Amino acid sequence: MKRGRLSWSTRSGRALAWQAALLLLLVLCGWALASHAAGSLAERQIRTGFGFLGQRAGFDIGEGPVPYGPADSYLRAFAAGLANTLRVSLLGILLATPLGALVGLGRLSRNLLLRGLCGAWVEVLRNVPLVIQLFAWYLAITELLPEAASPLLLAPHVFLSKGGLQLPLPALAGGLSLELPEVTAFGVQGGLSLTPEFLALLAGLTTATSASIAEVVRAGVLAVPRGQAEAALALGLSRRQLVRKVLLPQALRVIVPPLTSQYLNLTKNSSLAVAIGYPDVVSIANTAINQSGQALECILLIMAVYLTVNLCTALLMNLYNRRVALVER
Amino acid sequence: MASARLTSLAALAALLLTPSAALAGKTLDAVKARGEVVCGVNTSAPGFSSADSQGRWQGLDVDTCRAVAAAVLGDAAKVKFVPLNSQQRFAALQAGEIDVLSRNTTWSLTRDASLGIVFTHINYFDGQGFMVPKKLKVDSARKLGGATVCVQAGTTSEKNVADFFAANGQKYKSVVFDTAEAIQSAFFSGRCQAYTTDMSDLAGARTKVARPADWVILPEVISKEPLGPSVRRGDDEWFAIVKWVGYAMLEAEEAGLTQASVDRQKAESKDPVVQRLLGVSEDTGKLLGLDKEWAYRVVKQVGTYGESFDRNLGPGTPSNLPRGANRLWSKGGLMYAPPVR
Repeated sequence: MKRGRLSWSTRSGRALAWQAALLLLLVLCGWALASHAAGSLAERQIRTGFGFLGQRAGFDIGEGPVPYGPADSYLRAFAAGLANTLRVSLLGILLATPLGALVGLGRLSRNLLLRGLCGAWVEVLRNVPLVIQLFAWYLAITELLPEAASPLLLAPHVFLSKGGLQLPLPALAGGLSLELPEVTAFGVQGGLSLTPEFLALLAGLTTATSASIAEVVRAGVLAVPRGQAEAALALGLSRRQLVRKVLLPQALRVIVPPLTSQYLNLTKNSSLAVAIGYPDVVSIANTAINQSGQALECILLIMAVYLTVNLCTALLMNLYNRRVALVER
Repeated sequence: MASARLTSLAALAALLLTPSAALAGKTLDAVKARGEVVCGVNTSAPGFSSADSQGRWQGLDVDTCRAVAAAVLGDAAKVKFVPLNSQQRFAALQAGEIDVLSRNTTWSLTRDASLGIVFTHINYFDGQGFMVPKKLKVDSARKLGGATVCVQAGTTSEKNVADFFAANGQKYKSVVFDTAEAIQSAFFSGRCQAYTTDMSDLAGARTKVARPADWVILPEVISKEPLGPSVRRGDDEWFAIVKWVGYAMLEAEEAGLTQASVDRQKAESKDPVVQRLLGVSEDTGKLLGLDKEWAYRVVKQVGTYGESFDRNLGPGTPSNLPRGANRLWSKGGLMYAPPVR
């Protein structure tokens, strides 16, 4: 592209001037809003600033991969919440993708029953609000399963109850060993424990997103012109080769961009966790707002967290998209 | 809940965008112009604030709102109740959506000094406790080590329970929900072995289940929870009105007034305290920006503190709470009002 001179007389120069003016206006708006907010907060004698992040949080977080106790700081509480959000989002994406792909391909199957079942799956899950689905999953776990003190034994040392799912945890204490969960008066203790809140959220996000992914996959496959499949079959390719060598490579370039949106949606939807008591970053921020009173700061933090996480996801998916995109020759 | 979060976001947006003209001495004028007191209450706390089958709000905190309306507007019915969960309550008050927050809220230094709100008085001396299913056969909170505990987000309970287990060197697992309804349904369905909140709340929650006798409230009280109404900072006139309406209800009980007999006592009593309180001799209302009979109307339309307590929380109500520390100072309790004179 040829660079225009910084002059009103050239077209590119004028464009540059307009853009600079717009940017200036936006910055001014932002500044006016921020200074007004600061003024209002000061007038109402509400404490502001991010200094509270270093203070002792004092509340407990039920679960999570980041070690955290009530004596830790608010910053660490946020980190624990973020880790919980990432944990459920990442697992959700990993499970929803193959499930969605199978359901999507199932809707294209020649088998009437399979096609009908997959169609029903998509229609039901896409059309019921996610928060209702989460309540349904959570109620199913907490109402129907037995008490934590008398759990179901799914497999040796695998327990399922109102207290969640407990599995043996591989430990590296003096060679490889297994930490086994045991039944006590207060339920199952030890081993790897997945809480009902986590299970319900993971199940809800995975199934709901799989329905959307199924439609994305179906659209991608149908976007490959019919002639491609006919030509491949005429050349003597097997059905398996047809899918792997002809349909999939062409379908992927249609699938990947909308698939990225579904991943971003799943991550954002994980913020519904607070409705069923899973301590994700929004839930932790809610508590922090009430304990510290720093509402504005906490909401800015939540926005920054989701923006960062989703921009990273989008970046990775765009890199992948560049690989599968059609190379024009 | 999503809707709850939207409300707090909206309140926050209102806080940031509204001009600040509604502050400083203007609440009384705004209430008079509007013709009603807007009062933030608990969504569902039997005995403190809950709506009955006809949608009529009832409870100790609700009576505070009605008493303020009776004193300021002359009619205890001129109240608009705004049900709030524990996370929305301060934002709603800060943003000016409500005039009074009367929602069994614990008075603490952080809240008093950093949220832009100020507590007016204490209307219930409470403490935090635990409730467990009877079949768990636990008789002391010290035996709850390792248990899963249900607790409400954004409450002082969340911090107290962490302190309690830390002090005893025990571990526990918390499950945190953002509404009392969500916690209670999780607890009563068996998700947690224990439910912790203020003692009065535990008693209220237990009234909602089919077989209250299956649930036990443990004897330990692990914290001080002085509950009371609060108002926005910077409006001393309104602050004084809410505070003295609360004190007038206590003073009326101490002076031996009752809702039923207040008219007769107003006409006949020679007691200077009664005469002053009911506006027979002196005009105490003028100093507050109210009229002479402000306290008379509070007693006539709402009743004394003792009557409100008995009606909403006392023996004979579903909550069935003893008066305990909430007795008047003259009867061995903590309730003490400065003199209305």
